[in-house]
Amino acid sequence: MLELSRRKFIHNSVFYAITATTLAHSVLRAGNAYAAWPTLAYQSDNVDDVLKKLYGDVGVVASDDIRIKAPAIAENGAVVPVSVNSNIKDIESISILVEENPNPLVAQFNMVKNQRGYINTRIKMGKTSNIIAVVKSNGALYSAKQIVKVTIGGCGG
Amino acid sequence: MSKSIRIRAKQAKDNATQVKVLIKHPMETGLRKDKKTGAKIPAHFIQEVKCYHNNELVLDAVWGVAVSQNPYLSFTLDDAAKGDNIRVSWLDNNGGTDQREAAVK
Repeated sequence: MLELSRRKFIHNSVFYAITATTLAHSVLRAGNAYAAWPTLAYQSDNVDDVLKKLYGDVGVVASDDIRIKAPAIAENGAVVPVSVNSNIKDIESISILVEENPNPLVAQFNMVKNQRGYINTRIKMGKTSNIIAVVKSNGALYSAKQIVKVTIGGCGG
Repeated sequence: MSKSIRIRAKQAKDNATQVKVLIKHPMETGLRKDKKTGAKIPAHFIQEVKCYHNNELVLDAVWGVAVSQNPYLSFTLDDAAKGDNIRVSWLDNNGGTDQREAAVK
């Protein structure tokens, strides 16, 4: 088991190194090159599936070191201010999900360089739901959640 | 048409720079219906936002339809000095794009 996971780890790190190099090249070449939008993850309708499509089969660990700041009650679900703040080291990305939205994935922020692990934005919520923040660091996933009560939904209709 | 983006980058405590970005965009989900005709309003939303510090990519955001209309984004940047260049660009699902630059204050 140990041997297997170690091999998997090495495999993963080689893969990441290659991806990083390729990314760096395309950025240098095209200036504003945009990566492929993760269509599958954005079409998915449940949280577990989103995480699987976005990050692969990596377990998610609950963490006290992720702080989600959002209103306890949102009067207007179309504009819910959310901030995510974490002191976890070497953060690669922060993703924001809303459990009860038709498609839970709201946004993924890739921390390419010199970031402090802080993101503040405004999101839409269809109804009362947990907001989930997922932080990726050194290949591992950490998450925290907070419930927001929505009085008027933000998905139109 | 660089009027869709507003950037404010300001130095704060201990070498951190607070970058705030406001973008003008409808962010249509594709789920809303026109109240008169009952026809669906097609999805029209920003998919990618890139932030550069002195021409180096620092934040690469991938968005879905659930980011609010006229999106707001703020993040904290390390190692940025007064006068440094901050550039933000976006791309939406219809191929629309815009970018704007600002200096750190």
